[in-house]
Amino acid sequence: MRLIRLLRFCAALLALCAPSTALAEEHPLRGQINALAEGGFDHVETIVGDLAATGDPSVVPTLEALGEGDLFYRKDDGLVVIAAKAPGRKYTLSDPLTDEALGEVKRSAVKKIKVNNKLRRAIKAALGGLTLRSPDAATRAAAAEAVFKARDADAIDALDAALAAETDSGVRALMTEARAAAVLGSDLSDDDKLAAVDVLLARGDQEAVAVLASVATGTGPLAAAASDAVTAINNSLALWDGAQSVWYGLSLGSVLLLAAIGLAITFGVMGVINMAHGEMVMLGAYTTFVVQEIIRTSAPELFDYSLAIALPLAFFVAGAAGFAIERGIIRFLYGRPLETLLATWGLSLILQQAVRTIFGPTNREVGNPSFMSGAFELGQITITYNRLWIFIFALIVFALLLLLLRVTSFGLQMRAVTQNRAMAAAMGIRTPWVDALTFALGSGIAGIAGVALSQIDNVSPNLGQSYIIDSFMVVVFGGVGNLWGTLLGALSLGVVNKFLEPYAGAVLGKVLVLVFIILFIQQRPRGMFALKGRSVET
Amino acid sequence: MITRRLFEALGARAWLIFIGFVALAVLVPVLHLVVPEGQPFHVPTFAVALAGKYLAFALLALALDLAWGYCGILSLGHGAFFALGGYAMGMYLMRQIGSRGVYGDPVLPDFMVFLNYQELPWFWYGFDQFWFAAVMVVLVPGLLALVFGWFAFRSRVTGVYLSIITQALTFALMLAFFRNDMGFGGNNGLTDFKDILGFDIQADTTRSALFAASSIMLGLGVLLVAFVIRSRFGKVLLAVRDAESRARFLGYRVENAKLFAFVLSACMAGVAGALYVPQVGIINPSEFAPARSIEVVIWVAVGGRGTLIGPILGAVLVNGVKSVFTAALPDLWLFVLGGLFVFVTLFLPRGIVGALNLGWLRRDRGSTTRAPTEPPHTDPAKAGDSGTAGRPATVPAAE
Repeated sequence: MRLIRLLRFCAALLALCAPSTALAEEHPLRGQINALAEGGFDHVETIVGDLAATGDPSVVPTLEALGEGDLFYRKDDGLVVIAAKAPGRKYTLSDPLTDEALGEVKRSAVKKIKVNNKLRRAIKAALGGLTLRSPDAATRAAAAEAVFKARDADAIDALDAALAAETDSGVRALMTEARAAAVLGSDLSDDDKLAAVDVLLARGDQEAVAVLASVATGTGPLAAAASDAVTAINNSLALWDGAQSVWYGLSLGSVLLLAAIGLAITFGVMGVINMAHGEMVMLGAYTTFVVQEIIRTSAPELFDYSLAIALPLAFFVAGAAGFAIERGIIRFLYGRPLETLLATWGLSLILQQAVRTIFGPTNREVGNPSFMSGAFELGQITITYNRLWIFIFALIVFALLLLLLRVTSFGLQMRAVTQNRAMAAAMGIRTPWVDALTFALGSGIAGIAGVALSQIDNVSPNLGQSYIIDSFMVVVFGGVGNLWGTLLGALSLGVVNKFLEPYAGAVLGKVLVLVFIILFIQQRPRGMFALKGRSVET
Repeated sequence: MITRRLFEALGARAWLIFIGFVALAVLVPVLHLVVPEGQPFHVPTFAVALAGKYLAFALLALALDLAWGYCGILSLGHGAFFALGGYAMGMYLMRQIGSRGVYGDPVLPDFMVFLNYQELPWFWYGFDQFWFAAVMVVLVPGLLALVFGWFAFRSRVTGVYLSIITQALTFALMLAFFRNDMGFGGNNGLTDFKDILGFDIQADTTRSALFAASSIMLGLGVLLVAFVIRSRFGKVLLAVRDAESRARFLGYRVENAKLFAFVLSACMAGVAGALYVPQVGIINPSEFAPARSIEVVIWVAVGGRGTLIGPILGAVLVNGVKSVFTAALPDLWLFVLGGLFVFVTLFLPRGIVGALNLGWLRRDRGSTTRAPTEPPHTDPAKAGDSGTAGRPATVPAAE
């Protein structure tokens, strides 16, 4: 060490002899930073603390580099530098304080300043304290979080200073919580700590529990208050957890609903087993992709409206495909449901392969418009906008379909044909036409579902296949021919699935749901809400 | 006297098919092993393995034909029974590897060592014995079919509902078998087999023997189906297929008849799976995929359901075309398969054999009958008086 100091003294002398160098107007912290090169971990930790105490943001790069293991010192003059690997077993050096480039050197010319985990924690805390005064609110918030996690009693003063200057209420709350955590880690009086417990109780998340648990041991009013707070937070967390599962379940349910609602028309109302239903969903998703591609290349400013443009197009594309399928194949197979199943399965294979040939077998990228990206927090639940919109969208589609069936003359004709084909024909309804339009409607809705699903799932030729079994399960579970049953079936299956997942794992949860449905169908072969009546076995 | 009775009970056609497969079981191995390479009649090794695979598929198709073609139960989950039989055989073959695996553990198969199993799971016990595995090949699919069918048929789940829940069944099993925790090798399944009954599984003689076994089992399967169909009980099956409610109103226990056909069919599918696995050398959860099961349905539909030779023909034909296409024009195969589904259901509802039997031109164009063959207008109670030696014990009693 002596030798290094001596060398540095010589270097300083040399520097003095060369008045043109930058060292003449040396940074006031240079000495402290160069001192990082010497001494053991404890020594370095002291310096880190000193640097943090200066509150000067210009030491941030140094500390960051130290934490990352990028801080070195030059062996010849002991100057502390930031080094980045360069090709040819070399390092590119730069000055930690001024960010000035210092050229490339051989690896042997520099030596790394070692850090251990204790030191890393100290650096993190120091950085947290330093960035508390940053002009950027997000940085300040992150710094407050860092202090919260470190529970460093030394940061209390820095926090108090920062709190006095803080204007942003969100960051302020975070800082208050960080201060509370720091207080619990300090040796302040119990009264202060009790106040801190209250602050953490208000925060009420998993991390607050971790902090509180550290003081909940032992006896005395503080420990009692802390353990009460832990119990209270845990209870409310469990509640939020349940709410989270419900939301995820509803979200999954809305996806199932979208996928199944078209099937509820073709299968539920018409009694046609359409195994190519999933491929109608896929067509809708690919329509979205094509629309977005065109917008990207020719009118990028319309990107946020891409879904609005894709919706009617997808409805039309899938509906036209459905119309063609009904006229071309299915109408020859009425009354032969098993054959319909096989023929539509064949169709699904053809459609998949056609899409694979045209668009390639890989996933295509469909972007989220701005109003669908991002998330917001509701209590302890994070809700992403795309899931929320899809949930709302599914309900809207459901409501519109219900209206269509209830109030329009087409809906009336559709129900009439379903209930008594011969009588409907006798009343002058063109039953083949109604059949074709009904099937096109069901397929078109599947296309719309494809637009929504393209926002959360991979758009690939296999997109439809992953939904087809689930969709059938939903329709059969809910009760064939009953839209409300489909709604309830989709949402309840989604929620049950998400509640089973934590206990059984995602795959086993799904298996259990399938087994449950198989057993359920055997108990109630016509689903939850079977249509009442004595229909003749066909 | 007995031979004559037996002959009458099964019909000339079934015996002809059986004799044909026995001849095949002799002929192909001879051509493979005795005729030297380079001779025009030599059958190369890959052809033996491929043909053996086709015959295993044909047995599976025949099993489905018994349920669908003769009893009207369209199962979209027969691949599950096939795969379960295959897994039972695969477990035996895994135990036969012994300490020759990569990790050299004398008891645990490689994947268990890899997944840190300390001891053999209980359901792997006994699979080191061939007889035990052979029993399980029939028993496991049969039991699953029994339980599943008992629930389903008793609650009168019929038609497409049954098809969809059988599909869900095989889908659920696929998801379950993909899990590593199940103890069946997860994603990778069971593979790297070494020998069967002490013979090297790669050897030409073993391959020939496996082919012969497949061929003879298929012949026996045809006899079994013929026996069931031509018995009095078989007439009840046909009645259930053509008019389930009427059969029930006449006093037959429809659910028992269906259950019997379903379980027997599942057992045959299990045997087919057990023959398939040693010839292909691997069994993994993708055999449970619903798409695989639906493919089996198209084999039967192409060949002609409700006939004995139809499903066999269909399975060999479709798989032959598949082998050609996936090698030469892989992109076109799904178009062909999909087109086949559409074409057969629209234009060839009785399959190739059905069309040949009835004569293409004599086909009743205006017919809307749903039955694949002409409904037998015979009263099952009267029709079965002749030639029913050893009728099945579950002949439903008229009540």
